[in-house]
Amino acid sequence: MSITLDSKIPSGPVPSKWSRYRQDMKLVNPANKRKFNVIVVGTGLAGASAAATLGELGYQVKAFCFQDSPRRAHSIAAQGGINAAKNYRNDGDSIYRLFYDTIKGGDFRAREANVHRLAEVSVNIIDQCVAQGVPFAREYSGLLDNRSFGGAQVSRTFYARGQTGQQLLIGAYQALERQIAAGTVEMHARTELLDIVLVDGHARGIITRNLVTGKIEAYAAAAVVLATGGYGNVFYLSTNAKGCNVTATWRAHKKGALFANPCYTQIHPTCIPVSGDHQSKLTLMSESLRNDGRVWVPKRLEDCGKPASSIAESDRDYYLERKYPSYGNLAPRDIASRAAKQVCDDGRGVGPGGRGVYLDFADSIRRLGENKIRERYGNLFDMYRQITGENAYQQPMRMYPAIHYTMGGLWVDYELMSNVPGLFVIGEANFSDHGANRLGASALMQGLADGYFVLPQTIGGYFAASKNGEVSVDRPEFRQAIEDVETRINKLLSINGKKTVTEFHRELGKLMWDDVGMARTKDSLQQALKRIPELRNEFWENVNVLGGGLELNQALEQAGRVADFLEFGELLAYDAMQREESCGGHFREEYQTEDGEALRNDGEYAFVSAWEHKGVDQFPVLHKEPLVYEEVKMAQRSYK
Amino acid sequence: MNLTLRVWRQKSSASAGQFVTYDAHDISPDMSFLEMIDVVNDRLIKKGEEQIAFDHDCREGICGMCSLVINGTPHGPLQTTTCQLHMRSFKDGETITIEPWRAGPFPVLRDLVVDRSAFDRIIQSGGYVSVSTGGAPDGNAIPVPKADADRAFDAATCIGCGACVAACKNASAMLFVSAKVSHLSLLPQGRVEEERRALQMVAKMDEEGFGNCTNTGSCEAACPKGISLDNIARMNRIYAKALIKNSVG
Repeated sequence: MSITLDSKIPSGPVPSKWSRYRQDMKLVNPANKRKFNVIVVGTGLAGASAAATLGELGYQVKAFCFQDSPRRAHSIAAQGGINAAKNYRNDGDSIYRLFYDTIKGGDFRAREANVHRLAEVSVNIIDQCVAQGVPFAREYSGLLDNRSFGGAQVSRTFYARGQTGQQLLIGAYQALERQIAAGTVEMHARTELLDIVLVDGHARGIITRNLVTGKIEAYAAAAVVLATGGYGNVFYLSTNAKGCNVTATWRAHKKGALFANPCYTQIHPTCIPVSGDHQSKLTLMSESLRNDGRVWVPKRLEDCGKPASSIAESDRDYYLERKYPSYGNLAPRDIASRAAKQVCDDGRGVGPGGRGVYLDFADSIRRLGENKIRERYGNLFDMYRQITGENAYQQPMRMYPAIHYTMGGLWVDYELMSNVPGLFVIGEANFSDHGANRLGASALMQGLADGYFVLPQTIGGYFAASKNGEVSVDRPEFRQAIEDVETRINKLLSINGKKTVTEFHRELGKLMWDDVGMARTKDSLQQALKRIPELRNEFWENVNVLGGGLELNQALEQAGRVADFLEFGELLAYDAMQREESCGGHFREEYQTEDGEALRNDGEYAFVSAWEHKGVDQFPVLHKEPLVYEEVKMAQRSYK
Repeated sequence: MNLTLRVWRQKSSASAGQFVTYDAHDISPDMSFLEMIDVVNDRLIKKGEEQIAFDHDCREGICGMCSLVINGTPHGPLQTTTCQLHMRSFKDGETITIEPWRAGPFPVLRDLVVDRSAFDRIIQSGGYVSVSTGGAPDGNAIPVPKADADRAFDAATCIGCGACVAACKNASAMLFVSAKVSHLSLLPQGRVEEERRALQMVAKMDEEGFGNCTNTGSCEAACPKGISLDNIARMNRIYAKALIKNSVG
């Protein structure tokens, strides 16, 4: 099958593409909608909002999540807020400005038409969420409050204290539960997707495992929607939830869906550092701390083990202030992250394992008083104390960067459909809107834009045009997929090796972080590409998964996910190797300016890389979707 | 640190369970409680024993998936979720008893994992605003007094973990249900349906087998998000008003 990438971007000027698309799209009449079955996998912001909205429109929806309830999805952990071009502040915001900021923040590697649509529907999201009863922050007037966020000069971020993701997800979850009660959505919690089924080249169903009984089941539908999140856990330690995995998108990839831009991974500079080998995940601390904290490490190696208070002022290296005098401690995320790695690589890191830098509030406390700092950041200091047992009013915090979000994902066209007809991908699982770097408060916006406002429209066009009849799960395609899934499970259970799944995952994560992490080189990538297949082979020979298939077996669940990460990690490294430039979340040390900033190569790399799977241990095939900028002129991002 | 764990092991909901004692040696005080179990599990696998099943996901105190009754208290000695509890809260040499949530409407699925889908079904019975996507008025069309928005937010921070039920001697879900009723009733958007919502959610709660509230306050004490008993009082007012209206017609 030869693949042609047709992004299906509507013609006409960028600002009118979405309205033009909606004028021209084919509709499904209400009576016919109930004839279409839709499978939605994942119930985070994108999945829950899509399943609820499709149900409201009259489609017959089956929704799936691996957690015990759709309310648990990791969208819930988003802290900061959600952007919308409401211009309630009268500070010059507009749809165009949100569009431009997002394109620029993405380092000119996103598709213009998609991003403009995102900015357009952002205003509807806020209205929708308010109507659902999301308790956004309000001013004394009773009107909605806003805050400002990185990468923007306007205040367009709506928030619900530090728990915006939770409140938005609960809104979408409640809308979903309402449809479940109405009978339009059938919910399958504690159920994991293990394969996608294609019939005549169209996505027509999925194979799942019931995580309580272990039963393998097949579900057929007229279309399949994946809303299964990102792949940050390929690094083992990340700010993702423990259950986050690449399995759904990876299985779809192996069935023919192209994987786009896997090398675009976002690192957050202020996370609580690793405290030991037992560490299972990393916790993010709001970036706002850098407004009043000064970042430093000891100048001399021999001082690194000493308490911070015993190191004289003159022996401290405030390296961000030294290297980036104009931005100082507020240098952008990627710069601050790489600088921290550099000083730790030099051996000047602090805390257990030497992977940490100080974020010191002593000056601010002297200047403003402890109460002022408590007022601004009290909850963060409490959280820090809970996790580390340290009082950051008396000694500096320790921070280290961590994987936080992944911009890459399955390739989709303007309609959010992958190159496999009938397979739609929304939210973090697709690649579409953030380019090489995502701005703060944009992930929630994209998830809900896709789920509430874009997919429910575009999927109708697919149904209206396709002549898909009903399919039965008794077809050979389904039977074959069930057999494949069962064979794999039996294989995992029969290896009886010496190492636990966690040991393999940790090893993969360390390798990915060291060689394919914050700063990549040709050598480090070659090293990774050699080591990953070795580790994968060892996994299939030496992993130990106890218990049976037909029971609640968390080791088996984890084993299947890690097995997929062991294949996916290689693709991430291939993509990073191929992209001989630095942009956004992808930094190749060979390609940087004298100031250490990312050096893009627009002449050769202004394209979306979309990879085609050719088999495990086979080199994947690269397809390129050129990025054509009609509205915006590509420019070097400047932080000066 | 060296600890002794007494852990509830139960193969499935159909089988009987029992406490099994495990030795947890060389535990770092910096480990979270769940990381301590991770370590014990990895050692069990090495010995050819199946790992202890427990629910967890975000490990940052917000998803509500982790549970565990630790030494008789849901989520353990601190007022936080189990995932945010660290081993420095325990003493070297201590014996720690770990059980699943104990409540009729939360049947044990395996070891420490329970089925909390009854909470989802309670939300299905009315825990939402009946608004469909599209056609919502402008977000600023209806001003909401800041104090109301803040109180609604406080109620809405419930993470649905079920600690309130596990702590209650009656296995009552009143704190959970009243947090939702309060969250929505405190906002003009949700007030339209408040009476119907309160009646339906309380009826569903009873149907699912949760017990009555006898105002002991153990739910509030166990809640990792500090959801207040005031919510129960508020729901009772709404419920009583709705009952009277219904009976008078």
